[in-house]
Amino acid sequence: MMLAYRVNYYSGIIIYALNIGAYYFLWKAIYGAQESLGGMTVTQMTTYVAVSWMARAFYFNNLDREIANEIKDGSVAIQFIRPYNYIVVKMMQGLGEGLFRFALFSVPGMVIVSLLFPVELPTDPFVWGMFLLMLFFSFLINSQINIITGLFAFFLENNEGLMRMKRVAVDLFSGLVVPMSFFPGWAQELMNLLPFQAITYLPGAVFTGKTAGGGVYHVLGIQLIWFAVLIVPLYVLWRASRTRLFVQGG
Amino acid sequence: MYAIDVRNLRKNFKVQKNREGLKGALRDLFNREYTEVEAVKNISFQIPQGEICGYIGENGAGKSTTIKMLTGILVPTSGEIRVNGFVPHKERESFVRGIGVVFGQRSQLWWDIGVIESFQLLRKVYRVPEADFRERLDELTERLQLSDLLNRPVRKLSLGQRMRCELAASLLHNPQILFLDEPTIGLDIVVKTEIRDFLKSINRRYGTTILLTTHDLQDIEALCSRVIMLDDGRIIYDGGLEELKERWGQGKEVVLRFAEEVAQERLEQLTAGLDVVWTVDNRLTASVFIPFGKANVSEVLARLVGAIEIQDIKIVETNTDDIVREIYKSGSASADAAQSLQRIAGGSGAADEQGSLGSGNGSPKAEVRRAAQAGTSESDERDVKARV
Repeated sequence: MMLAYRVNYYSGIIIYALNIGAYYFLWKAIYGAQESLGGMTVTQMTTYVAVSWMARAFYFNNLDREIANEIKDGSVAIQFIRPYNYIVVKMMQGLGEGLFRFALFSVPGMVIVSLLFPVELPTDPFVWGMFLLMLFFSFLINSQINIITGLFAFFLENNEGLMRMKRVAVDLFSGLVVPMSFFPGWAQELMNLLPFQAITYLPGAVFTGKTAGGGVYHVLGIQLIWFAVLIVPLYVLWRASRTRLFVQGG
Repeated sequence: MYAIDVRNLRKNFKVQKNREGLKGALRDLFNREYTEVEAVKNISFQIPQGEICGYIGENGAGKSTTIKMLTGILVPTSGEIRVNGFVPHKERESFVRGIGVVFGQRSQLWWDIGVIESFQLLRKVYRVPEADFRERLDELTERLQLSDLLNRPVRKLSLGQRMRCELAASLLHNPQILFLDEPTIGLDIVVKTEIRDFLKSINRRYGTTILLTTHDLQDIEALCSRVIMLDDGRIIYDGGLEELKERWGQGKEVVLRFAEEVAQERLEQLTAGLDVVWTVDNRLTASVFIPFGKANVSEVLARLVGAIEIQDIKIVETNTDDIVREIYKSGSASADAAQSLQRIAGGSGAADEQGSLGSGNGSPKAEVRRAAQAGTSESDERDVKARV
């Protein structure tokens, strides 16, 4: 899609850069004269914002909307005619899009942003390696959540409300808008029970150096656990939806 | 082994009721009510390999639902299906490799990229070896004249061009069974003829079994040796097309418009001794059904001309459209229905039929026939096709 429609691509880079810029100025204002807030310095915060958005360019996909639309307009029937596993193919589609965006959005975007704003990139190759690994798991977990949301369309016919709710939940609770450490204690406890922070906050914390050393393995482990846990509802929903298929429209 | 083996197939859907008005909508918010719709009610049929079978029915009869169950998209409520030896919805991935499907109303090509890209993608999906793929592609491109279209994005194709590409896409992996769900919908006569010829030729060359759903009875006439007719979820006719025409199309009908009102008795009197059946449609129009072999048109006309002033004559051959329409109306393709609708004198049990029909009113079937007659005589035969 990106290669087929060029303006889509160019405007996309601008949009991401603008987003980062907006959040940077916002946080600068919030920090004011303070050196550190919520366990992060201004520089760490800036880096966190930058890397969160750039990571989002990679792990983000519209699988939920795509699946829901395919169910709504009935083209899901075509998918069932083909000799492949629908879920796996959708994930691979997401991965393909993600890799493309990573190479053509995230990387050039990050370069531009680090020139514009005081971003501090990690110097330790270990950190880079861990971050990229965790980024991959962010993608998996985000895709799992998206697919689960999308599959609800088999049961709800129009899951628009659910998808919007999910979008807000992911953006807010994953730490994209505000890092986890800024949430009040009780909220942090709650977030620990949900998979969203594994998407943005945990990798971001590693990248900015907020989580370091042995703690890195700990957060990677959290991601792995969530990945495994989410497979269960995914599978259950998939099996249940096969019998529910009724193909709207002729 | 049959290509398609269906036994006691049923499919029910739960459809929610939308209650009327604001109050109804609010109540629906809290407490949903469902009606159970029986889309397919216990059908059975077997299709041997290499046959081209037509599957027809009115809108809502359950055709698309059956096709979707046969292709493994929908799971039946009860009953057995075996296609190509597989149970479609159970072993879906392996089953689907051996079939091709064309949905007339949905595209299976990727919208934004060139046609050839879609073909390549499908080649990978179906794991067709390169050499076989090349060969098939060349053959299909030639037969369906796709060479100009291969590099165009699908969204830039006209409907006829797109349908040809869809057909090619469904055949790239050389499937043994081809399911066509209204493939010629919206196409012009030239493209339709091309597609029909193409389907016939692949059936001849490769023995591909074809199940064709359509509203266009010309498709059936051109392609199918066998017809299955579906009405309200049940099979009402399953057999050869020729047999259907023989059973039903047994004579000619002549529609006459007179200068002044003529009583039915007078008409019958004039043609006494000829084995024909009269119906008076309205004050000035009457039609006579002349069975083959029992009388001929010239004899009938000879009796009438001179005795009554005739303003207009129309001679109507029963064609497939009429046959099918009558069957839809009567809801049954059984021999009884056929007989009463033909108003043939003679044959077992026909004496009663003749009696009730001869009087001009009585059995509801006769009334249906008369209503249909009025329709036919007033409008052009070709219009009839559009309505079916």
